[in-house]
Amino acid sequence: MPRIKTPRKLSGLPTIKGFRPYGPDINKRATAIILHFEEYEAFKLCDYEGLNHSLAAKLMQVSRPTFTRIYASARTKLAQAFVEGLSIEVEGGSAYFDSNWYQCNFCGCFFNQLNPAQQVVACPLCGKKHFQQMEEAEFTNLQSK
Amino acid sequence: MKVAIASQGNTLDHAIDLQFGHCAYFVIYDKETGGLEISPNPFRDAPEKAGIQAVKWLASKDIKTLIAGDFGKKIQPLLDQLSMQLIVLKKPTTRIQDIINLLNH
Repeated sequence: MPRIKTPRKLSGLPTIKGFRPYGPDINKRATAIILHFEEYEAFKLCDYEGLNHSLAAKLMQVSRPTFTRIYASARTKLAQAFVEGLSIEVEGGSAYFDSNWYQCNFCGCFFNQLNPAQQVVACPLCGKKHFQQMEEAEFTNLQSK
Repeated sequence: MKVAIASQGNTLDHAIDLQFGHCAYFVIYDKETGGLEISPNPFRDAPEKAGIQAVKWLASKDIKTLIAGDFGKKIQPLLDQLSMQLIVLKKPTTRIQDIINLLNH
């Protein structure tokens, strides 16, 4: 049995769900290329943000060779979709989103915010506006206690 | 929006359960309609991965927020993947009724 893949950390959700080609000779019934979330993230970190592989690998919490493999797979898939005129769907894969953790000062609860782009306005439990963001290390300590 | 609360018993006077995966009952509360549903946790006696199975089961019921006293490390990546919110309330004496009152702020 193959070893389970370590989940790759994503900095955020992709802005799109996929792409569709247009033109006269598009085979509409052709199957779409499934680009995994981690491949999208690898492509984004390297080619959009211009990071090198070892830095990007640290951000996604995988080893550098693993990152290079994810990135190569992303390039292969994108090239295939471009050349063969296939649509691209971004979904699946073994990835998780890094959510930010907060502590409410009123009711004492801890909660996470799923979308990093969205601002937290109030504690989801008691609705009070007294909360503070926690560092990731703090939360990890909390869990191990 | 539906919220699932891990409970030690099947009434609103019971306290919050400190374990999520192996809790006795789930109280499912609908914030919009005020509807309540108390169902026993089918994975209570599962030897392992009770949390993961419970999360998947609750996700299939369209629940977006989970409340419990504590959570295992295994389910955190899964929750982020399913975009479910986690609320950790480390107060073992809190009754389910108190939590529902808090949610109705």
